Amino acid sequence: MTNEPLQETGAADAATPMVSFRKVTKSYGRLVVLDSLDLDVAEGEMVSIIGPSGSGKTTVLRMLMTLETINGGVIYVDGQPLTHMPKGGQLVPASDRHLRQMRSKIGMCFQHFNLFPHMTALENCMEGPVHVLGLSKAEARERSEQLLEMVGMADKRNQHPSRLSGGQQQRVAIARALAMRPKVMLFDEVTSALDPEVIGEVTNVIRKLVSEHHLTMLMVTHQMGFAKDISDRVCFFYGGRIEEQGTPEQIFGNPRRERTRQFLSAVKEAV
Amino acid sequence: MLDWRWDFTWDILPRLIAATGNTLLAAGLGYAIAVVLGLVLALAQRTPYRAVTIVVREAVEFIRSTPLVLQIFFVFYVGPQFGLRLSPWAAGMIAIGLHYAAYLSEVYRGGLESVPKGQWEAATSLNLSTARTYFRIIIPQALPPSLAGMGNYLVGIFKDTPMLSVIGVAELMHTANAIGSETYRFLEPYTLVGIIFLALSLPTAALIRVFEAWVRRKLGMY
Repeated sequence: MTNEPLQETGAADAATPMVSFRKVTKSYGRLVVLDSLDLDVAEGEMVSIIGPSGSGKTTVLRMLMTLETINGGVIYVDGQPLTHMPKGGQLVPASDRHLRQMRSKIGMCFQHFNLFPHMTALENCMEGPVHVLGLSKAEARERSEQLLEMVGMADKRNQHPSRLSGGQQQRVAIARALAMRPKVMLFDEVTSALDPEVIGEVTNVIRKLVSEHHLTMLMVTHQMGFAKDISDRVCFFYGGRIEEQGTPEQIFGNPRRERTRQFLSAVKEAV
Repeated sequence: MLDWRWDFTWDILPRLIAATGNTLLAAGLGYAIAVVLGLVLALAQRTPYRAVTIVVREAVEFIRSTPLVLQIFFVFYVGPQFGLRLSPWAAGMIAIGLHYAAYLSEVYRGGLESVPKGQWEAATSLNLSTARTYFRIIIPQALPPSLAGMGNYLVGIFKDTPMLSVIGVAELMHTANAIGSETYRFLEPYTLVGIIFLALSLPTAALIRVFEAWVRRKLGMY
């Protein structure tokens, strides 16, 4: 799969993490959202991010997708700085070209799907491959139809989003993101806006991705059971920091920190 | 009693109908300029360059706060002092096109702002360029909520074309005035002008509503 030649500037080898936050800080005015965050995600790893709202977990994904600027530190993706580029031995803010090149490695699914309402499911999936990757319409169609098949939406490919349920829209959104062949996939509370009875159809698609594809994934979720099932690692965020991280067994079965225990028992009571 | 003369009415009707063609042409051309230029003015206010935003916004405010008839006079009579020597038609189209572009830019601005932020974020996540995001994602969604306002200004520009008569564009009003000064009869020509405007405005407004529904259906937005 990865037979592409390595790029000259610090391309990833097996030991380099796919995603790496180095002392990343984000604040809105006085409010510090992320406080000097260090986080490494290995290639092919599935990392779940849990924590109370306002703990900065969604910000982590949004910064990776370049939807938020960062105030300090550096994020590396695939061995290269994301929003910086090396120049004269220093890191300077990235050019638009560099940003676009880096963004092509990352795909994202959103809480509210954000499908393009004026396009059919198939057109949503084809938009990026045709207009960004430069695929022919036929190639893009084939790729998109395969992915819609994979998420179980092939029969609805000519429907507009307004005619689809939330679960169906989210599955199309997953196919749309995958059509760009990202190396890293970000799932931002993708089941939070769904009715309980359709959550399973979305989580099943993500399970399938984890078991059949070698993608690096970061997932912000409130579905603790789901996170426990499929994650390689779980990070508990609190107040803009990683309060505790470890295997799902350790975090859910034997949390060491008091705040983790409090959060998990509060979540359990809510169910 | 009113002194309405039917024979005179039938005599002048062909001349007024011919002038209606010019009125429609002026409204159509002016509107075409306004539709395109209005979008440019709206997009220019959304660039990251603050200076551009401020200059364009002030220009739009200036145009909206001064009378159209003054702008028509200005372009036609003051233009030559700046080396801009224009025919009545050209001056009229520039003035009325610019005037309505300023109004339409506000309609577009509202439409563009009504598109949810998530659409921009999805476009960014797919790595679409800013230009492509506008033309493929944002503008198609801004269109349906803008259509009602756009339709109002289409009727508006049509009804404002008589102002072009002040610089001698031979549209309906200008022709009715000419008939009046030739024959000293004003009742019939002005009444006919009113009826012609009414007969064209009313169905236009209805057609716009039909068109709006059609666009929404076409874009899959209900």
